Order: sequence, then C-alpha cells, then structure tokens
Amino acid sequence: MSDVTLPPNITADVAEDQPAPGPRRLVLNMGPQHPSTHGVLRLVIELDGETVVKCQPEIGYLHTGIEKEFEVKNYQQDVTLTDRVDYLAPLSNNLGWCLAAEKLLALEIPPQAQWMRVMLTELTRLNSHLVWLGTHALDIGAMTVFLYCFREREDILKIFEMFSGQRMMTSYFRIGGLALEPPRGWQQRVKKFIDVFPSRIDEYEDLLTNNRIWMGRTKGVGVISLEDMLDLGVTGPMLRAAGLQIDARKDEPYSSYELFDFEVPTRTENDVFARYQVRVEEMRQSTKIVRQALDGMPPGPWKADAPHVVLPDREKMKTQMEALIYHFKIVTEGFRVPEGEVYQVIESPRGELAYYLVSDGTALPYRVHMRTPSFGNLQATSEMVQGTLIADVIASIGSMDFVLGDTDR
Amino acid sequence: MLLDSLRDRGVALAVEAFDADAIKGGKFHHGEVTLEIAPARITSVCGYLKYDQKFVRLSSVTAVDRYPTEPRFEVVYHLHSIERNERVRLKCRLPGQDPAIESVTSVWRGANWYEREVFDLFGIRFTGHPDLRRIMMPDDWEGYPLRKDYPITGQRV
Repeated sequence: MSDVTLPPNITADVAEDQPAPGPRRLVLNMGPQHPSTHGVLRLVIELDGETVVKCQPEIGYLHTGIEKEFEVKNYQQDVTLTDRVDYLAPLSNNLGWCLAAEKLLALEIPPQAQWMRVMLTELTRLNSHLVWLGTHALDIGAMTVFLYCFREREDILKIFEMFSGQRMMTSYFRIGGLALEPPRGWQQRVKKFIDVFPSRIDEYEDLLTNNRIWMGRTKGVGVISLEDMLDLGVTGPMLRAAGLQIDARKDEPYSSYELFDFEVPTRTENDVFARYQVRVEEMRQSTKIVRQALDGMPPGPWKADAPHVVLPDREKMKTQMEALIYHFKIVTEGFRVPEGEVYQVIESPRGELAYYLVSDGTALPYRVHMRTPSFGNLQATSEMVQGTLIADVIASIGSMDFVLGDTDR
Repeated sequence: MLLDSLRDRGVALAVEAFDADAIKGGKFHHGEVTLEIAPARITSVCGYLKYDQKFVRLSSVTAVDRYPTEPRFEVVYHLHSIERNERVRLKCRLPGQDPAIESVTSVWRGANWYEREVFDLFGIRFTGHPDLRRIMMPDDWEGYPLRKDYPITGQRV
C-alpha cells in the first residue's frame, strides 16, 4: 500500500487483496420509479464499467386487466376503457375500437363523422408527439423544449375539451359515429391552432436540430438493424427511421384516410436522431391532414343511421315512441353484435395498434385483445442498448416512445 | 382441407400446397383469412409463411378461451406481410387439460413476450420457449386471469 498513515483500527487489506475476477460486473436496477423510464418500467442492467452488457426490461407494473374488463362491459361502455390504454393517444384507441365493432356490425359511418375522426386522431398524434418530444429532450438535458411543447399541447387539450368535455379521457368516438355534435365555433379554434403550429415546429427545430449537444447525444445512438426490428415486432416511426415506408394509414386505409394527401416521412440513419426527424416531419404532415379536414369537412350527419346501435336524438326520444324504446334498449342492455372476429389495424402515434375483437353474438364482447405498439417496441430494448454506454440507454429508450399503460394494459 | 371461400386466397392455397394435412379448417370473413392449423405443425407452417411467403412480421399472439366447450383454447397468431400488404390469422385449438403448444420464438424472436403473456394470463405452455415466466402478473400469482372461469371480482379466501 501507499505510505498514507491510517488510523490503527482501519486496515487497508480490502483494496489490497481483492483482484477483480475477470471484468467487473455491476447490476444496476433502473426503475420502476425512475423519471426517465416514463412510467413504471424496470430495467435490470448489467454493466461492465459504463458499458451495458445485458439489459432486461421488466414490465407489468401497470397491468390493470383491461382486456378482462372488456368482457363484462357492453360495446359502448368499452369505449371508455380504450382511452385508458394509451393515455397519451386516447382518440387513436377510441378509433381502433369503434372501427373493429363497426366492421362486425357492418355500419356505414357518414362522411362528416369519418373526417372528424381523422382530424381529431391527427391532433392526437400531434399531442402524443409533443409529449414525446418534450420529455425525450428533457431526458437528454434540453429543458426548454419541454416547456414549449407543453404550451402547444395545452392548446390541443383545450380543443379536445371543447369537443368532448374532457381533456384526456375523451371517449369522443362512439360506435356509429361521434359522442356529441361538434361544438359551435370549432372551426375557428382548430384553424387558429394549425395556423400557428407550423411556426412552433420551427421553434422546436431551432432549439434542437442543429444543436451540437443534441446531435452528440442522438446521432449514431440506439442503432438496431431493420431485420432485428421486424423480427422483434417493432412498428411505427422506429421502422420509418430505418428507411421502411410502412404506415397503416396508407397501406390499409381506414376512416377515409385514402382521401387525404400526405406523405410518410422516412430516414435511413436508423438512430435516435433519425427517429426525432421522422416524428417532427410527421407533425408537419399531421398538420397538413388537419388542414385538409378542416377545409373540406363534408356536411351531413355525424352519426350513423342505425337506430339499434346509435342513441336517438334527445328531441326524438321525447316525442316518438319508437325512439324511446330504442333508447331504453341501448341504455339497459346495449346492442348485440353479430358473431365473428376482426383484427382492426390502425396507425397510432407509436406504431401498429390493432384491436382483435371476438364476438359471440351477445351484447358483451367475448374476447378483446389489443396489439399495442409499445409492447412490441419495448421488446427491442435489450437488443438496442447492448454494448452501448449507460448514458445512451436513456436516449435509446426515449426514442422508442412507449407508454407503459399501452404496454401493460 | 380448404373451404371453397378460401379457394381464391393465395396464402391459403400456398399453405395447402406446403402441408395439406396441417390445415384443419378456415374461413374468409370481413376480408380476413383465417386458417386453422394442427397444433403440432404450427412452427413449420409459420416458418414456411415467414421465409417462403414473405410474412416477415408476427403482429401478435393471443388466445381465446372457449370454456366450457372442448377443445377449450384457441391460440391465435396474426401474421403480416409488408411486401404483399396482406394479413393472415392462424388458429390452433388446444384441449383444456394441460394446454401446450410449440413456441414460435424460433421463427420470430418477437414471439417471446406475446407467448409469455398468453402463458401468464391463460396458462398455456409454450414448449421450447427460452424464458417462459409470468410477464404481467406477479411471479407468485395463482390462477390465470383471462380464463373464462376466473372471476372478475371477489376476494381470494
């Protein structure tokens, strides 16, 4: 040992005769309560110095048994459960569920309801991407972006509140159309927002895109090959950042997305920075879709002409016997859905969201399975961070944009 | 043996040509192809669909409990081909007594968590799975919550 004089009761033998047996491994437990895991994700990371040797994600801390609960509520009540799956994209989940049930019911949804659905789902995409951008930048150390993003998110939530009375758990899409008539003056409100929003995206980009710290933290980080991602079930912007042009809105159009003109942005770098670029470009494309929906919103009814499914107007219910009977039937026992099964795929902000609905012909769904994008994406974590530095783990998992409610259901 | 409604579906014909005995039934409904596969053949059929028919993605694996009818469980696989822009659903029926099926993790590594979830919530074993343990529920949980004979409310006594 060195010639430092130690007090008599302390011996220096600990440091002296413990040669490290091979590489020194340290197991680090990150989460489930960790601010950068965006919810209750637990990562068990094995470290060699600062290098990640192994990373094992543990999920299930937010499992609420939603799929089981679906089976004891009727179809219309189940809409409220879908909000709570992915709480950053409630309307995308509403849409997936409604489309699945409507397919079994063979309902024709009037154009205005379809367009309104497209517009609000795209606003949801903006909402979700804003939260992602803000928190992701915050994780990496850019706090300002977070405040800017939440400023715009507030505007979107106010639009949702205007439509549905709720900021987050909107339940605005119902089987057969919309829950309420679109409020008076919604056009001005949405217009005001999308007129200013593109310049706000420029602001975020000013803060980040050419920021040397941001580039240093994100470029070349979190790379995982496209083959691995496809094998592991990754979807959405992660695949698009690896150069694969895949988007359910284009490939399997639903809710009249085929009538809208937009592009599917892709990058080929396949790193955290490319995913950032893809999502920012998606925000611009979503703004474009919202504008088209706003300008070309078709007039007409906002719910389907299906008295056995859709609640009658208040006025009719009070004046017509038949409407009253339908109202009573729908409220007390719900409506029966023909036997069958569907797998309805939509493009949620996070990737492929699918509702697998099995009906046995009664008023309660027999089985509902949600193929949620976060679950599939999260599976790639260990593959992605293996061999990288511990500091890059935060950037990598941030770039996946998962929501733990969506993962655990 | 194929149903007539599946005669003009390329994927159904391809699977029939690959292994006619593996197909136990199927249907074409709501624009979706469902093929019922013999449980023992699931890995070979999945491998064929992935490597020869370009169904590169496994979208999800889940199960349906048909209690009290027998065979009780249906394991459902949703496959997606990006190149063909097509989806196919495979279904295997398993008995209620000790349900087990071969894991498809050898074909898609991504099946790992999906099969763990089915194991956790339905109690269906996947043989050859590299890491078959509960994923949603705590490790010491008793019972399989998504089974139809598992109550939704109540207290364990």
